[in-house]
Amino acid sequence: MTRENVILKVDNLTKQFGGVIAVNEVSFDVKKGEIFAVIGPNGAGKTTLFNMITGVLPSTSGQVVFENHKLTGKKPYQIAKIGVTRTFQNLEVFSNMTVIENVMTGAHLTMKTNLFTAGLRLPMVVKEERKTMEKAMECLERVGIAHLAYKMSPTLPYGSQRLLEIARAAASNPKLILLDEPMAGLNSEESRQLIEVILKMREDGLTFVFVEHDMETVMSMSDRIVVMDNGVKIGEGTPEEVYQNPKIVAAYLGDEEEDTVYA
Amino acid sequence: MEKKDLKKIYHNSPAGPIIFTVLLFLMPVFISSNYIFTIFIMIGFYALVCNGMTMLTGFAGQISLGQATFYGIGAYSSAIVTGTYGLSPWIGMIAGMILGALIALIVGIPTFRLKGHYLALATLGFGIIVYTSFKEMKDLTGGSNGFFGIPTINLFGFEFNNDLRYFYLVWVFVMIGLIFSRNIIHSRIGRALRSIEGSEVASDAVGVNIMNYKLQAFMLSAMFASLSGSLLAHYVTFINPELFGAMTSIYFLLMVIIGGSSSIWGSIVGAATYVLLGEILKQLVPMFLPSAGGEFEIMFFGILLVVTLIYMPNGLYPQFEKLFSKFKKKKEKVQPPLQVGGDRVASGGENQ
Repeated sequence: MTRENVILKVDNLTKQFGGVIAVNEVSFDVKKGEIFAVIGPNGAGKTTLFNMITGVLPSTSGQVVFENHKLTGKKPYQIAKIGVTRTFQNLEVFSNMTVIENVMTGAHLTMKTNLFTAGLRLPMVVKEERKTMEKAMECLERVGIAHLAYKMSPTLPYGSQRLLEIARAAASNPKLILLDEPMAGLNSEESRQLIEVILKMREDGLTFVFVEHDMETVMSMSDRIVVMDNGVKIGEGTPEEVYQNPKIVAAYLGDEEEDTVYA
Repeated sequence: MEKKDLKKIYHNSPAGPIIFTVLLFLMPVFISSNYIFTIFIMIGFYALVCNGMTMLTGFAGQISLGQATFYGIGAYSSAIVTGTYGLSPWIGMIAGMILGALIALIVGIPTFRLKGHYLALATLGFGIIVYTSFKEMKDLTGGSNGFFGIPTINLFGFEFNNDLRYFYLVWVFVMIGLIFSRNIIHSRIGRALRSIEGSEVASDAVGVNIMNYKLQAFMLSAMFASLSGSLLAHYVTFINPELFGAMTSIYFLLMVIIGGSSSIWGSIVGAATYVLLGEILKQLVPMFLPSAGGEFEIMFFGILLVVTLIYMPNGLYPQFEKLFSKFKKKKEKVQPPLQVGGDRVASGGENQ
């Protein structure tokens, strides 16, 4: 693979909480159009890693580079502007809005309306609103929940709320979406649907990085995997390579039963 | 996409507001009492302030305890520009709004860097500083004695010099303010503000600059309050610092909460409740307690606030809405009850 294909470069990223090193010098590259998984047992530092990439937490040292932009030190909304957005492990839909409004909020960065043009409701505002609504509908169709568009978002079943988060993330025209445990709490039918959506979106040119516990999902969906344990990267490779690496199997896959209890 | 489609999201029917406006503007045909006009003018002043505050509190989730400060800044700007310098009242009004917005910017920038309800503290402290300045800058403001001789407003030679005319002037401003706010709420800006209330982390992740939007809402609320203060100054033609103290700020917040901060119409309900109950109290209390002073009002509204928060945490306006929809008897189905909880728990949570 050539250097140009690399879209996200995580370089010696470290996070220290007091005396505890949650993430220790983790490095990996994600290529354009890839579905990239980060796995590891509970407390391995996966979510901390995610929070550093998306700017929720500042890193202690190391850096993250997306295309030619340095993400380290930037705020989440600035990172979103560069084209990196995320979904959340414990759903964070805007519960005070309808489904379509959620997705239209996702399109925030693609719009130009400001306080005064909005207040005066100039024709360009109405035009932009309509365009955004159309786009939001498209995003909902892509994840297959367009029929729920005018429902209040908390009334949706859990699986649909997950899909809604992905539609909302997609509405900002991102290049990279980070999914934090996308399968948590979904039944097998919902998981299958979600995998389908993600694979379809990848075909449209999106890149995904996700954290996951569910090994079946990881093996069936990801192109490459990074395995973490105790804050350290212990391995990297394709699903097959990871399965055959005895070190990884010992550290992580051996604990699978225990993990499924919590997952 | 069809024109109608946007209405599917923001489907509140215009019938209610139109009926309200028509009734209000026709009222002087049937009732011509200066007392009633005065009451409605006061409601209008407060409704304007509360309208801006609703955007700040109900939509951006921030609490200001210094709205009377901006009310005062508007009033004194108008007084000084017209009374001292003899310029047009409209210039005073605009100057007040710009000054109000700038001050909100200066107070807001450091405050919104902090998470939590620091705005309440900052505005409370700032309010006391401005109140003291109104009192002490005697050359400019007339100090505690007040500022006399503010001229009335005129528009192309038409003087708003009696209660009836002023009633229309104020309520035209209130309606324009409501439409302006409503337009904002039904747009990108409104969604950004509401998303902050919905989930701050998600709002950040989709690219909403949270601090910037809180700041904008605060500046907007300051401009509404300032505009209302300017209108007040030209109506009463005499102002003093006591009108703009911390107590007034608290009453504004009380109106917003009692009226209901989830809808801009709550601002009118809250302002009307406050003014009307205040008038009734003024008549009733002396009958039973001849020696009672002005403090009974504070007590009464304090109790009312507590009762409202216990029985109608979303304020009075949602109750009005329910009543109104009963009369409408439309076939629209009632929204199903929320189903949060249950499966949400199942997600369990590892590292946050």
